[in-house]
Parts: sequence; structure tokens; C-alpha cells
Amino acid sequence: MSTSTNGRTAAKAPGNDKLAEAASWLDDRVGLAALAKKQIRKVFPDHWSFMLGEIALWSFVVLLLTGTFLTLWFKPSMTEVTYNGSYDLLRGVKMSEAYESALHLSFDVRGGLLMRQVHHWAANLFIAAMLVHLMRVFLTGAFRKPRELNWVIGSLLLLLGTLEGFTGYSLPDDLLSGTGIRAADGFMLAVPVVGTYVSFFLFGGQFPGDDIIPRLFTAHILLLPGILLALIGAHMLLLVFHKHTQWPGPGRTNDNVVGYPLLPVYTAKAGGFFFIVFGATALMGGLFTINPVWKFGPYDPSQVTAGSQPDWYMGWPDGALRIFPNWETHLWGFTLSWNIFLPIIVLPGVVFTAVLLLPFLEAWITGDKREHHLLQRPRNAPSRTALLVALMTFYGILWEASGNDLIATHFHLNLNYITYFNRIMVFVGPVLAFIITRRWCISLQRGDRDRLLHGYESGIIMRSPEGAYAEKHLPISVGEAYSLTARDREELAPPPSAVDGNGVANRRARGEGLRWKVRHFWFAHDIEKPTRAELEEAQHHADHELTMHEDGHQHLTESGYTGDYELDGTPADGHQFDGRHDISGDELRKGH
Amino acid sequence: MTTHQEPEPGNDEAVATAAHGTAPAVVGDPIADPGLPPHEPRPTDVDPHAERRAERQVATLFGLSTVFAILFVVSYFAFDVGKKPTVIAGYGASNVALGVTLGLALLLIGVGAIQWARKLMSDVEIVEMRHPASSSEQDREDAVAALGQGISDSGIARRPLLRNSLIGALAALGLPAIVALRDLGPLPRGDLAVTVWKKGMRLVNDVAGTPIKPEDVEIGQLINGEPAVFYEDKPDGEPKFEGTRLNDAKTKAAIIIVRMQPGDITPPKGRENWGVEGILCYSKICTHVGCPISLWEQQTHHLLCPCHQSTFDLADGGKVIFGPAARSLPQLPIMVDSEGYLVAQSDFTEPVGPSYWERG
Amino acid sequence: MLGLVLTGGAFALFSPAQAETGQADQSTVAQGRTLFLVGCASCHGRNGEGILTERGTQYGPPLAGVGAASVDFQVGTGRMPLARPGVQAERKRVLYNPDEIKALAAYVASLAPGPSIPTASQYSVSGTDSAAVARGGQFWRTNCTACHNFAAAGGALPGGKYAPSLSGVTPKHMYEAMLTGPQQMPVFSDQVVKPSEKRDIIAYVKRLQSAPNYGGNALGNMGPVTEGMAAWIVGIGACVAFAVWIASHSVRSKKGAKA
Repeated sequence: MSTSTNGRTAAKAPGNDKLAEAASWLDDRVGLAALAKKQIRKVFPDHWSFMLGEIALWSFVVLLLTGTFLTLWFKPSMTEVTYNGSYDLLRGVKMSEAYESALHLSFDVRGGLLMRQVHHWAANLFIAAMLVHLMRVFLTGAFRKPRELNWVIGSLLLLLGTLEGFTGYSLPDDLLSGTGIRAADGFMLAVPVVGTYVSFFLFGGQFPGDDIIPRLFTAHILLLPGILLALIGAHMLLLVFHKHTQWPGPGRTNDNVVGYPLLPVYTAKAGGFFFIVFGATALMGGLFTINPVWKFGPYDPSQVTAGSQPDWYMGWPDGALRIFPNWETHLWGFTLSWNIFLPIIVLPGVVFTAVLLLPFLEAWITGDKREHHLLQRPRNAPSRTALLVALMTFYGILWEASGNDLIATHFHLNLNYITYFNRIMVFVGPVLAFIITRRWCISLQRGDRDRLLHGYESGIIMRSPEGAYAEKHLPISVGEAYSLTARDREELAPPPSAVDGNGVANRRARGEGLRWKVRHFWFAHDIEKPTRAELEEAQHHADHELTMHEDGHQHLTESGYTGDYELDGTPADGHQFDGRHDISGDELRKGH
Repeated sequence: MTTHQEPEPGNDEAVATAAHGTAPAVVGDPIADPGLPPHEPRPTDVDPHAERRAERQVATLFGLSTVFAILFVVSYFAFDVGKKPTVIAGYGASNVALGVTLGLALLLIGVGAIQWARKLMSDVEIVEMRHPASSSEQDREDAVAALGQGISDSGIARRPLLRNSLIGALAALGLPAIVALRDLGPLPRGDLAVTVWKKGMRLVNDVAGTPIKPEDVEIGQLINGEPAVFYEDKPDGEPKFEGTRLNDAKTKAAIIIVRMQPGDITPPKGRENWGVEGILCYSKICTHVGCPISLWEQQTHHLLCPCHQSTFDLADGGKVIFGPAARSLPQLPIMVDSEGYLVAQSDFTEPVGPSYWERG
Repeated sequence: MLGLVLTGGAFALFSPAQAETGQADQSTVAQGRTLFLVGCASCHGRNGEGILTERGTQYGPPLAGVGAASVDFQVGTGRMPLARPGVQAERKRVLYNPDEIKALAAYVASLAPGPSIPTASQYSVSGTDSAAVARGGQFWRTNCTACHNFAAAGGALPGGKYAPSLSGVTPKHMYEAMLTGPQQMPVFSDQVVKPSEKRDIIAYVKRLQSAPNYGGNALGNMGPVTEGMAAWIVGIGACVAFAVWIASHSVRSKKGAKA
């Protein structure tokens, strides 16, 4: 092979001259071979929970494809027209061109309704997948250094995805989404000082005007997708650079990645998953109606439907809005609408900022500055898991609050009582969830520790002559034992003292003191993995039970139960009573 | 791979520093890494029959996908949309058929590709070493040095006049950027506080445009109404309000008319003559965020907004009795004109719809 | 004599279908009274005057003036007789046959003038032209969807009450509900929402209900809430199930590695 920079001969990939020539042509111009050689066989670890982000990624691709299709027919215009198309039930009705083009797509373009529905299902799936992916990353500690930036990018993707969905489903200018835009105008008006200006500038005057749909269209097909694509690109780049995290296990360390290569395995698996996600959304688009705009009718500011909700991902701020008390202050001729400003502007801002800062919050609490590439089981970070479940409970109660009228009709409940219930549960629920989840995780940790020290429950029940029952435990495999113990040992330092070693007053004592208190709360109850000494002691104790003793204690062999035993007068090991042995004349527990 | 010292258990200080040092104390504590388990072959790795069967299975999946792709094309042309869409078993045949065929065509490719990976591609686990995220110390120093060299060459540190004037110029560019958006919309002024309602304007039934006489209205009735001007034409025959101008005006002028037993009504002070024989007129626009309200409970006199469940008592001046709305529902004073039809006495006496900063 | 018979017979043959009020014969009213005393008087009073509780709330409202249309609606949809007290009468199994309902309606109509049962020409929607149907949709969205939802699937009211779904409701009963305003539903009098407009509304609802599901299963016609549930349960469920399959270990051979 030539070593000069102007390679005259092509590097030969096995078996394909044409491919080699094409590759050389490209490499002569962009020099990608160095990059390619590393990345083509890049190793990715295998676990189903690592594919949740892919659901989001592939649904985004589906959105781009189906969305482009829709733009070929959709008219982002609020000019009034009289409908004269195929859908008889709206014949002669005045509507905007945007709505008319949505009807045209649904009834006169073959495949148009399918693409509309696939697009909308994929949008719902996109945001749901991002949320599930976020939960997985948080629960397994995959956001820790060096991946905090990726978490920030991901949070931004979630926020922008939500906005993209809102602008998208508002485009057909139907009664349901138009009501949502009307509510959004109300939210803007509630912003202090600049509210009316924001509203008038966005709508080009009074609500509804004739600018909002075209402007939402620009945001939806140009501005937001552009930012989304850039952020997704950055997200993927960081993933490639950092490599994927992996679960601890035999052969897996913090310094390696164990798995399968990009080409061919992950190309097939991830590429196949793209087709599966696309196929699933297409099947949903064919079989389930979503957003039947022809039933809603065109937007009219004096019409509304019962059961007016935004799409699911806007549900939690809508729920917060519904349960919020009607606080408003009037001061010196000005109005402060706390009842709207707080749940719709302040709350999402606070929550989103908190989510964005979670990695940094955890780093502050734990003081951990190490790189982490091994994942943690949720039970091994009880406070973190409990925090997420508390956040999920908060989110979930507000989400359910936004469906309060449907809950009332379908479960025959009192609409007003549902609101009172939610007002209380939104505070009580997360606290309860935190407490229960943390105790649950700690119990699971205790279970793991028992498994390590005493082995697994074999299902063989022993009865002693005194009448006591006991279950035999057998040692777990080395691989499983290693997986259970391949985690950090968290040891808490003593609280910071007010004076340092030389007697000088520690000026940062208060901040450090708070940090120590939080850290203590975070870690104090966690069950630590056993030390080597403890393991050896437990092993010895088990061996003691397992090996043969001169005085005839019944035992199993050290390596574990391997089969039937000869009955030589040794006491029962349980097998004697399985109906296949003759136990007459047995002397059990000889010498006892 | 960085090395580290495993700290002695029990030595708190060493643990506190070393445990959060360069590498996590996972290796060998308390069980040593048994290493990657040996690869266990799959049936397709050892049995040529199984391998060929898997290959046929994958090929069948791809073949089926092609069949469905062709069925998509067939469905596209076989099933009609438009005025007489093909309907099968109560469903729109075109959408269902196109969706199912496309979905299966895609899904089967995916399933096939994954079966290929799972059954036929090598599943021997490969180990790749990571590199620390940070660059080497030397690289960092070099980068810092390069940055420092570049900055000192530019002279920006030594020449505050240049630096500050540049910052000023760039900051000033913010002004054109902001000002260029000024014409996005007109300034609010007092637009939000007035509607098209005027003294003597008739109340009409929405959609029909027919005016209303008190004797037409029964106890317990609800009428969704609009100002008569929405149904009037200009001298040239064009409607006075149409298109977005109509919607803009409707957003504030839509009303509801309800009739109750006069004895049930407790009018607020000064509004005793705002109704006609128990007929009251209120704004249809919720004071929360502006949804139209018309869930009228005739027996309880409560009006419920479907958006966020604000509830108003129309027998009591439109007061908020439940929900997040903070202001009572604005009332339109009405009277009867010379021909016996219900008309407005004036515009609303307060701004209609959601609250805003300057509302007062 | 012959002329009288012929005229009378011709009149009987060719006169339009009678509305019940004031025209029902005495035997029907009497029959209705008998039925009323057995099944309705315990709440509504022996003469339909209503019964008040000690605290002054209603046990059963007075029925003078509610008209035959109210009775035909309430009894014809099974709401009356009430199965149990509560905030709202529920639609349930109809307990009286059509003749009995006619008799009850005639009796209540005889108590005082009130809205009469609509004639078939008023509520029959066959042959309504599409322009009228579309206009009916406009009336529907302005007056009705706020309670009953865009597809007549029903909606919530305060305090445990609800606007019911209109699925399976006959055009006659829809007309009567608009006319009489049962329980919390407002009245839409014929002078404001004309009979032809009511018929257009009914025609629209019936067409909407019988329209094919163009996009597949309608998921209950309840809007984004059920759509979100489907996206999570079906969409995410299916994709996660596939992910679990994709990353699972495939079956291992019992034969062991061949050379």
C-alpha cells in the first residue's frame, strides 16, 4: 500500500473493486478514511433501554418526511373562503384557507389523511419517547460527567419538541386548536407590563387577526426544525464522542465498552428500528383517527367544544391552570393575573430550569467529579430515583388534572371535587411518592445484599426435627455477584468543621455545612455493598453449612447441589421426600 | 487506563479524598472481575440447517414487505376518496388500506433486518477501550498557549479603547434587530376595552341573525347571540363585517342571553335595570383566558366554561363561584326598542375577556 | 247524511297527524291519569302539583305546563321513573310502552298548556339537503357542542352532572330536549331556534353519527385525551416491546461450539 499522500492505488475492501474506487475518489477529496476506520466498527452496548432515545430520533425523521409531504398541499393562510369541497357536512361554511387545505388533504388527496395522521401520531410519539428516554437516563445516572451537556441539550430538545407540536397542531385552524391559541393569547395578556404588546405583536393586532397561522407555519417548518436538527446533531455527536454508557457486568469496566460493532450489527438493529417506528406510526395512522378536524369545524371565536384539551404533552401546564386558585391583584390601575401568570409562565419556567440543572444539582450534592461510564441501577441511587418519581408524580397529577372533565364524565365523579383533590395531591403526592420510593429502593438494596451474602432462595424447604422450617440458599454465580457489586462505595466524609486544621475560621462553613446536610440526607440510608471481609465471613458461614462435618450434619457440596445423594444414614437434604426414594429404615440425623 | 489505589476501608479521610479522585473504586471491590463470559453459539452458528432457515425467514420477511408495498399502490388506485369515498365496514377504505399496507411494508423490513442481525450476524461481543473525555495535559497547555498567543497578538487586552468601542458597536446592533420587528403589529392602545356594541343595537340569534323579542324567550332559555351589525350589509351589498374583521369583532362581542325568574336574580348595585323581565345578557367570553362559555345550567343559574372549569353565577352579577377565573363575567345592559326587540343600552362598561396589565 | 259521512270520512283520511295537546280524547287522558297515580304521583303529587321536602327543596317538581313533549322525552328515554335520587336523572331502560307514554303525556298536557310532541315533519331528517345540514352544523357548534362535545359524545357539568352522549337518541327525543330543556339543559324555544333550524341540527348530528370513520377507529371522539393515551399505550408500548425484543439475547445452541 502506498504511503504517499496522493494515493495512486485504491485501498481494497474485501471483494468489491467498484466500492473501493468510489471510496478512493471520495477520500482523495475529503480524507475521511481515518475517521471511517474508527467509526465503522465502533462498539455500542446492547440493552433495550438504550433504544428509547432512538424512538425519538426515528419519529423525528418520520415527522420530517410526512411533514414535507403535507407542506405540498397545506396553505398557511387565514383568508376566508366558502367551502365547496368533498366533505358535505361543511358545504357552504365559511372558513380560512388553512382549514380548507386541511380538509382538502383529508378528503381529496389520496394518502393525505394518512400522512396527516401519521404525522400527528409521530409527533405524540416523539415527545413521549423523549420523556421516557429522559427518565431512563436520569434513573441510571447516565447524565453524570462527562454527559451533563448532553442532558442540557436533551432538555432543550424536549422543550422545543413541545413547542413544535403546539405550533403544528394549531396550523389547521380548527375549532379545538383555535381555542388553544385563544388560551395562549390569554396567557400572553397575563404577562405583566408587556403582555398586551406581546399579544398584539404576535397576532398582528387583536386576536385572532390574520397573521397568526402563517407565523406559526414559519416557526413550525423553518425555525424550530432548524434548531431541533442542530441540537439533535450535537446530541448525536456527543454520544459518538463519549461513547455510550453500559451496565456493569463481567468484563465491563468504566474504561471500556463491550458490545457489537456499528457495521453491521447496529446498522441493522438501529436501521431496522427506524423501519419499525415508521411502520408502527403508519399502522396507527391507518387504524386510529387522530385530530379529526372535519368534526371540530373551522375556528370561530364564539364556538367551543366540551372536552377542550391541548395535546397530551401540554396537559400538565393546562392542569396547573385548571386547579390554580383565582388570585388576581389590582394595584394602581394595573392588574396582576397570578392565576394565569404563575401556573403557565412561572411554573413551566421553574420546572424546565430545574430539569435542566439536575446533573449539576446532583454533582453539587455528591461532590462527585469523576467520569462515569457505568450505569447505576435505580435502586442503588435511592434518593435520586425517589426524586424522579416525585417529579413524575407532580407531573402526573397536573396531567390528570387537565382531563378532569373527562374523568368526571367517565368515572361518574364530581368535577369540582376532582379539582379540590388535585389541589391537595399536587403537594402531598410528590412527598409521599418520594418517601415510598426511597424506602422501596433501600429494601431492594437490602435484598441484593442478602443475595450476595447468603445466596439465592433455592425453593428447597428444610424442616428440622424440632419443627423449624428453613429455606436453603444457594450461592449466586460469580457473574451475577460481580454485577451486583460493580458499583461505587459511597462513604460520607465527616461534617465540615467551623475551623480548619490550623485553627483558622472556615469562611465557607455555612455553604459547606448545607451541602453536607443535603449529602447526608441523600446518602444516609443507602445500604452499602458488603466489604470483602463481610463476604468472606458469609462465605465461610455458608461453607460451614455446606461442607461435610464429622458429626453428620447434612450438607450440600461446596459448588452447589449437583444431584441425588446416596442415602448413607446422613440426615435429610429434602430430596428424600420427593416420592422417588425409599425412606423406610432411614436413620435421619445420625448421631444427633 | 488510569490506575488508582484502592483505599483502606475505615480510613475516612483517605476514602473521602480518594473515593472522589480520578477513577471510581469499582475494580475488584469486593469481587474481582471475572472477565467476559465465553461466547455461546446460537443454533444458526453451528447448524447449517438453522442458518439456512433463518436466511429464508429473513428473505420471506423482505419479500412480504415488497408485497405490501405493491398492495399500497393497488389500494391507492382502487379505493376512492372525495365526494364518494369507498367505505368498507364503516371505515374509510383508502386510509385504512394505505396505512396498513404502508405500515406493514415498513415494519417487515425492520423486522427482517433485526432478525438478520440477531440470527445471522456475528454476536461475539467486542471490547473497545474508552479514552478520557478530556484532552491530554499537553494538549490543554498547548491550547491555552495558542489562545493566549492569539489574544496577545490581537492586542485586545492591551487596547481597552478598541475593545470597548467594539463591544459598544456590537451591542448597538441589537437596536436594529429589535426595531426591525416593530411592525409585527400595532400598539395595543385601548382596543381591548371596546366592542362593537352601541346603544340601540339589536341582539340577534347567532348563525340565524334573527332579532329577539322578550316574549320569545322562556324561563330557562339560553340564547347564543351576536350584535345585529354582524348580519347587516353595507350599501354596496358587502357585509359590514366579514372574514378576519368579523372574527376580531366576534372575539369580544359574542353574548349569551338567559332568562330566569326575576325573583331569583340579585342584581349588583346600579344594574337593577340592566335586564328585561328576568332576561339578562352577559358576555360569552370567559374572563380567564377567553374561551367562549355557554354551558348554562338553567336550574342552578351557573355558567361553566369548558376550558378550565371557571363557573359564574349569572343570577348574582356573573360572580365567579369556582375555578381559576378572577373577574366576574361582564354584563351587557339591555332594554327593549320601539318595535319590541331586545337592544343594548350601551357598550359593555368594562373590558371583555381575559385580564391584562393595563386593565385597571 | 251521506255527505256528512263522506266529508267526515274524507276529513279523517286526509287530515294531518294530530299533535296531542288538546286533541287527545278523554279515554287516553284517563288512562294516563291511572298510570300517573301508580308510577309518578309518589314524587310528583296526585295532581302533578309537585312535592316539597321539609326543608323546601323539591322531591318531584310540579308538572303543570311542562307539556306532552317533556313527558314523551323523560319517559320515552327511560329517565323517568327515577331509579334513585341524585344530581341528575340517567337515561336507562324504558319502562312504559308507546301507548302508555302517549297516555301519560296526554294526561300531563291536560294539566296546563305546554310544549306539544313534535310532528314527524318537524323532526324527520330524511332528505334534508346538504346546505341545510351544513347550516345545522353551524347551529350545533354555536349552541350545543359546549356541553355535548363536537361529536355529541357528551361532556361534564359541575357537581357530578353531565351532558349526555347523543348516541342512540332518536330525532324526536332530540327535538323534545331542545324544546323542553330537561333538568339543567337550557330551553331552546321554537320562536328563537325555529323548528326548521332544530331539524337541521338534528340532521347534522345524525349525519355525523352515521358518517364512516374516515381515519380509522374514532377512539371515542373525545379529543386529545384519548389520543394521548393511545400514543402512550399503543405507540410507546409497541416500540418499547420491539426494543426489548431487539436487544434480547437470541436462543443459545445446546450443541456447543463447533470447530
